[in-house]
Amino acid sequence: MLSRRLIMGAAIAASAIFGLSAATAQAQGRQRFEYWYGLTGQLGEVMADHCRRFNESQTRYEAVCVGQGGYDRAEQNTIAAYRARQHPTIVQIYDAGTVNFMLSGATYNAVTFARDFNMRINWADYFPGVASYYATSRGEMWSFPYNSSSAVMYWNRQAYRSINRNEAAGSWEQLERDLRSLKAAGHACPMAIDFDTWQWVEQFLAVHNQPIATRDNGYAGLNAELSFNKGLLSTHLNNMKRWFDEGLVRIQTAQTGKTLVQAFADGSCAVTMSSIANHGVVGATQTPGMEWSVAMLPVYEGYTRHNSLVGGASLWVMQGKSRGEYEAAAAFLDWIATPAEVQWMPTVTGYIPITTPAFQQMTAAGFYQQPRFAGRETSITSLTFTPPTNNTRGIRLGNFTSIRAELQSELQAAFTGQKSVQQALDDAASRGNQILRRFEQTMRGRELP
Amino acid sequence: MSGKRVTFKNTWLAVLLIAPQIFLIFTFFYWPAGEALYWAFTLEPPFGGEMQWVGWQNFITVFEDPLYWNSVRRSLIFALCSASIAMGIGLLLALFVDRELPGYRGYRFMYFWPYAVAAPAVGLAFRFIFAPDAGFISAINQWFPDLWNPALDGFDAMILIVVANAWSMVAYNFIFFLAGLQSIPRSLIEAGAMDGAGVLRRMRDIQLPLLAPTVFFLIIINITDSFVNSFGIVDITTGGGPARATDLMVFKIYSDGFKGKDYSLAAAQSIVLMGLVVLLTFFQFRYVERRVHYN
Repeated sequence: MLSRRLIMGAAIAASAIFGLSAATAQAQGRQRFEYWYGLTGQLGEVMADHCRRFNESQTRYEAVCVGQGGYDRAEQNTIAAYRARQHPTIVQIYDAGTVNFMLSGATYNAVTFARDFNMRINWADYFPGVASYYATSRGEMWSFPYNSSSAVMYWNRQAYRSINRNEAAGSWEQLERDLRSLKAAGHACPMAIDFDTWQWVEQFLAVHNQPIATRDNGYAGLNAELSFNKGLLSTHLNNMKRWFDEGLVRIQTAQTGKTLVQAFADGSCAVTMSSIANHGVVGATQTPGMEWSVAMLPVYEGYTRHNSLVGGASLWVMQGKSRGEYEAAAAFLDWIATPAEVQWMPTVTGYIPITTPAFQQMTAAGFYQQPRFAGRETSITSLTFTPPTNNTRGIRLGNFTSIRAELQSELQAAFTGQKSVQQALDDAASRGNQILRRFEQTMRGRELP
Repeated sequence: MSGKRVTFKNTWLAVLLIAPQIFLIFTFFYWPAGEALYWAFTLEPPFGGEMQWVGWQNFITVFEDPLYWNSVRRSLIFALCSASIAMGIGLLLALFVDRELPGYRGYRFMYFWPYAVAAPAVGLAFRFIFAPDAGFISAINQWFPDLWNPALDGFDAMILIVVANAWSMVAYNFIFFLAGLQSIPRSLIEAGAMDGAGVLRRMRDIQLPLLAPTVFFLIIINITDSFVNSFGIVDITTGGGPARATDLMVFKIYSDGFKGKDYSLAAAQSIVLMGLVVLLTFFQFRYVERRVHYN
């Protein structure tokens, strides 16, 4: 209770201060609007930089950008601020928060907003896999895609050379053979894993075209039920558990001392899977001279590869602001969607260019030939591998962060030997279904658009 | 108590003087607590809007959840272990300083510092020190592989948060114990010494019984503190894991409410936690205080 009061208080105090300054700014001639972002650290600086560059690019509008200290904080603070009517005009919300915002009644949906404020956006430019995640079941986009990524496999070329291989494994069967060879060649940590469900479960299911839940992964209605415990995932996680017991994979988290990315970048683990957004991080923190690449996530033999899911965040426009603020926000959203700006993001981060024209221009300009950026196109190949199916266009489940947390705890229980993998998956699904039913009841009378 | 009572003639002035305090307590305690109580009986959509009255449903959901009882059990273990360690060490250090062992002036000054460190900072420091791969403690794992791994072993994770919490509470307990010890008349201890009682005997028979009010006070403070203030440490060191081994009540409230956006379920848990702390304090006053003699 204490922390809620603090967060609410801080959010309200911050909004009051900025609200006040927004009012005074109008007198000075530049129309201000507020924008809250969630990213922190180096990526947070990039967000702030993007705002600064917008403010310098023109003289009519001014973006007041406030970092919220994390994606989850950005969502929490926006909710608290909205209830106090002190919310920003634009907020950066991560993929998992999409359902809450769609059902909130607190947002100005992107398609309508763009029409009302004569924006130049061409919706067809976005990669289908990016667009479908933030679109309604009828295909209308309700938020503006921004920083986007997908999951890839990171592999150490030098370690692979020691087992006489010079390409990454395309299938899990091949990967298992590689991990065995690496172990035999004396590598203490052939592959690093953690309990983040995003790449190990959600992306895994997508590239195998397996559902995570019924009703088209929740797109078709709030009465969806989790179904990940039946089928391929169970077989796969049983394999993982076996590899873990044999020492082929190791668990690397902040609690063990090194995260996946750190364990890969310092060369101690030869393979891992993570967001392409970490491509820049690995490059900046790697052991000097280490040779590594990225590849698409492996797929089991006998399964056809499908597109992977988009990760990252999108920008939501909130209800209840003045016309002036909306005009300023529209100018900002238009500006960041220009080809030049879409191309800027991938040069300063590992995120992908989110529109097809920007990607084509970058490819033509030789961006992906530069050693620093080579391999980043892999995530786009993966994201656009097939047109999205009902299983691969995204995940639309209520309180999905809680479902992730349940699954994470159950996987920990399975990997520490407290229960079998199947039992853990069944328990996670049944607890996740309780969460979905509570969400459905809380949102009674509302329908997914 | 003497028969003379000091009374305020000017009631309005008195009201005016206490008004700011009452206002603060109302705004930051009674109002949010009342709001939480109301939410606990409704289903509250995150962004507001039409809330539904659901009666006891949230409480039934909480009480029927075996994982909630798991978190109650973990919280009790955590509270009892960290309170007894923190009080034991605090008392020991206070006794040393009270006996004016060499360097006691410095220690008296320094021992309070850990309490000034915010819980998340404590958590971060302990996470680094006790990380099985990279921390100082990783040396142990080189001699005895897999002996220490709070990331995978729930028992180790519990030890980690107990130690981290005890470390910051030792300082607090130390100050109170030292103040308590120094208010014991020297003549009593000297009389004991003249009767031939050794150091340990004097501690057991003179100092400890006279410290009883302090011990009682600190038990309440320590238990309450470990119920409500453990959040920062858990959040940074273990995140409630592995496999919910350190999913303390206050952390579960946070993850259900703020991460899961289920405000009603979190509110119901807050009310249960509040009730539990009130009950514990009541119990302590009712039964433990009887054994405490203030003079």
